[in-house]
Amino acid sequence: MKEPVDVLIIGAGASGAAVAWSLAETKMHILCLEQGGWMNPAEYPSTGRDWEAKFFGEWSSSPNVRGRPEDYPINDDNSPIKVVNYNAVGGSTVMYTAHWPRLHPSDFKVKTLDGVADDWPIDYDALTPFFEENDRMMGTSGLSGDPLSPLTHPPMPQQPLGLSGAIIGKAMNKLGWHWWPSDTTVATMDYEGRARCINLGHCTPACAQGAKSSTDITYWPHAIRAGVELRTHCRVREITTDENGMASGVVYYDKDGVEQFQPAHVVIIACNGVGTPRLLLNSASSRFPNGLANSSGLVGKNLMFHPYAQIYGYVKEPTDSNRAPPTCLWSKEWYDTDLSRGFVRGYGVQFVRGAGPVFEAVISEQKGILPWGEDHHRVFRKLNGHRLGFSAICEDLPEEHNQVTLDPVLRDSHGIPAPKIDYKLSENSRKMMAHALARGREILETAGATDICVNSPIPWGGWHLLGTARMGTDPERSVVNEWGRTHDVKNLFIVDGSIFVTSGGVNPTSTIQALALYIADQMKQRLANLFD
Amino acid sequence: MSADNQLTPRQRDDLRVIAAMIIPASDEYKVPGADDPAIQADILATLGRDTKPMTAALDHLARLAGMPLADLTPEARDSVAQEFRKHGDAPAATLVRVVLQCYYRDDRVLRSLGLELRAPFPKGHVLPDGDWSLLDPVRARPVSLRRAP
Repeated sequence: MKEPVDVLIIGAGASGAAVAWSLAETKMHILCLEQGGWMNPAEYPSTGRDWEAKFFGEWSSSPNVRGRPEDYPINDDNSPIKVVNYNAVGGSTVMYTAHWPRLHPSDFKVKTLDGVADDWPIDYDALTPFFEENDRMMGTSGLSGDPLSPLTHPPMPQQPLGLSGAIIGKAMNKLGWHWWPSDTTVATMDYEGRARCINLGHCTPACAQGAKSSTDITYWPHAIRAGVELRTHCRVREITTDENGMASGVVYYDKDGVEQFQPAHVVIIACNGVGTPRLLLNSASSRFPNGLANSSGLVGKNLMFHPYAQIYGYVKEPTDSNRAPPTCLWSKEWYDTDLSRGFVRGYGVQFVRGAGPVFEAVISEQKGILPWGEDHHRVFRKLNGHRLGFSAICEDLPEEHNQVTLDPVLRDSHGIPAPKIDYKLSENSRKMMAHALARGREILETAGATDICVNSPIPWGGWHLLGTARMGTDPERSVVNEWGRTHDVKNLFIVDGSIFVTSGGVNPTSTIQALALYIADQMKQRLANLFD
Repeated sequence: MSADNQLTPRQRDDLRVIAAMIIPASDEYKVPGADDPAIQADILATLGRDTKPMTAALDHLARLAGMPLADLTPEARDSVAQEFRKHGDAPAATLVRVVLQCYYRDDRVLRSLGLELRAPFPKGHVLPDGDWSLLDPVRARPVSLRRAP
C-alpha cells in the first residue's frame, strides 16, 4: 500500500494549482492527481498554418468533440448551453480568453441587496488580499481606476486598444456608456519568466508564446519547486471514507490504467462545477448513500453557467481580426440591478476584436450571410477582417433544477459514470439576454456595423461551471462551510467554482483562484484544529 | 490518415463538383475554385476525424442527385445543392466547413486576401496602441461602484 500523504489535491487546474502553491509553505507532503498531462507549447495551434482548423477538432473547446483520452464525456443533450473545459495540467486556464474581472462586492450580498438567491457567507473584503496575491502570481495586465469595477493593481499595462478597441470606444462614448480596458492575464511585458504578448492571434486555445497565463506556467513551477508532487494521467474514480466518516484517500487509475489506492489525511477537490459533483456522486457508499458530502441533497444542484448573449456585425474599416488576443475591453454599464429593465441583477460585457479567415468563412456560411457561388468572393472580402463583437455575460441565478447528475449509461474511458447536465434558461435570464442584445445592436449600429448576427445563448458557451457544491453556514442549505470544508466530512475540502453561491456577471476564474487561496489560508491558520 | 482511399471515386467526383459550387474560381480576384486539385488534395489528406460525417454527407448528396452531380443539368445541380445546404444537417455542415477550412489556407487564396503565408507563431502581429484619451469621457462620468452592506 502507498504511504499516506498529508494533503491530496484532485485536479491541477486554476484552483488546484493555487491551493497547492499556497499550502506548500507548510512543508506537508502534498500530492496532486491530475487526469491530464503536461502541455507542449510547441504543439499549440498557433505554431501551424492550419491553426484555425484545429479549433474544430483536436483543439475544440468541447470535450465531447475533442475526445482526447484525458477528457471525459458529458451528456449535455438536455441543455441549450454545452459544457466546455480543458483537462491537463493547467486545466481550463490552458483554454480560456484570459479575461480577468473580479466579482463585485455587491455580488456577495445578492439576497440583501436584491432579494434573490442567497448571500455568500463571506464578503469581498475577505478575498481582497487573495485577489491581489493571485494577480501577482498569474501576472495581470490592465489599467487601474475603472470607476465601475473593484479597484485592481495590475502589475503590467493594459493591452493595446488596437483598431477594434478604438471603434468600440468611440461608439460607446457617443452613447455615453461605460467601457474600460479589460484586466487580462495576458502579459504585456516580460513577466516572471514569461515573454510578452506578440499578438499571435486568437489565443483562447493556448498561447505558444507563453504570454497568456495558465497555471502550468505560473503556479505549478513554483509549487513543484516548493515540494508539491504532481502525478499526471491519474484519474480519480472515488474518494473513500473510514469508519469515522472521514476521507481516507482516493481510488484512481494511473497512467497505465492500473487501479491504485492513495491514502491521505486531507483531501481537496478542485475539479470544477461539473467534475466535482460527478466525483462526489461517484463516491457514494453505505455511509454516504446519496453521494459524499451530500446530506443537504445539494451536490450537483444549482448549476450556473452564465448564459452568453452574443451579437456581432461588420464595419467598413478594418478591425484587428485574428491579430490580437480576442478580448480587450469590457463594460459594466448594465452590471447592477435596475428593475425598470424588467429583470433582476445584470451582466458584464466583453468586446471581441474579430475573427480569423477560416472561422469567418465557416460561421458566416452557417449564418447564411456568406453565399455559395459567384458572389462568395466579394462578400467574403467585405466580411473578413471587419467583424466587431459584443458578448454579454449574464448573471445566472441558482435554481435547483439546473443540475449535474450521473448519466445511467455514459462512461469515460475508465468505465467511470459520466456527468449528465439538465439545464433550462430562466425567464429572468431570457429578459436579460434580450436587453443585452438590444444594447449590443445599438452599439454596433452606432459603430456603423451591418450584417448583424446573433448567438443567444452561445451554444458552446458553458465555460463557467459554478454553484454545484455551494458554500454556506447552514449544513441543510449548503455543501461546504464558509472556509471550504464540507459540512459532512471534516477533512474534505472543495476549492473550485462549484462552491460559488451566486455567479455574478463576469468571468469567474480570478474569483475562483482568490477563493482557493483564501481557503488555503484558512486551513493554514487552523492546522492545529482543522478537523474540529 | 489519408481519406484518399476512404472516399470512392464517385464521392471524390461529387466532392469536387459541390466544392466548386460553394467557391468557384474567380478571374477577378485571381483565385482558384475549391475544386482546384491542390485544395482537393489537401481536403483528402487532412480529413481525419471528419471522414465519417463527410462520407455521410456525400452519400446524402448522391441520394439527392440520383446520378453523379457532374452529369446533372446546371439547374438540377443547383436544386440539389440548395436542398443539400438546407436539409443536410450536421454532415453537410461538416462538408462545407472542411471545404472552407482548406480553401482559406491555400497560399493563392491567402495572397489574394493580402494575408501572410505563415503560422502566427513566432512572428506574431503588431497592434496600434491607440488613443487612450478616448477614455476621458468615461473618467468624467459621475458613476460609482455599487456598495455592498
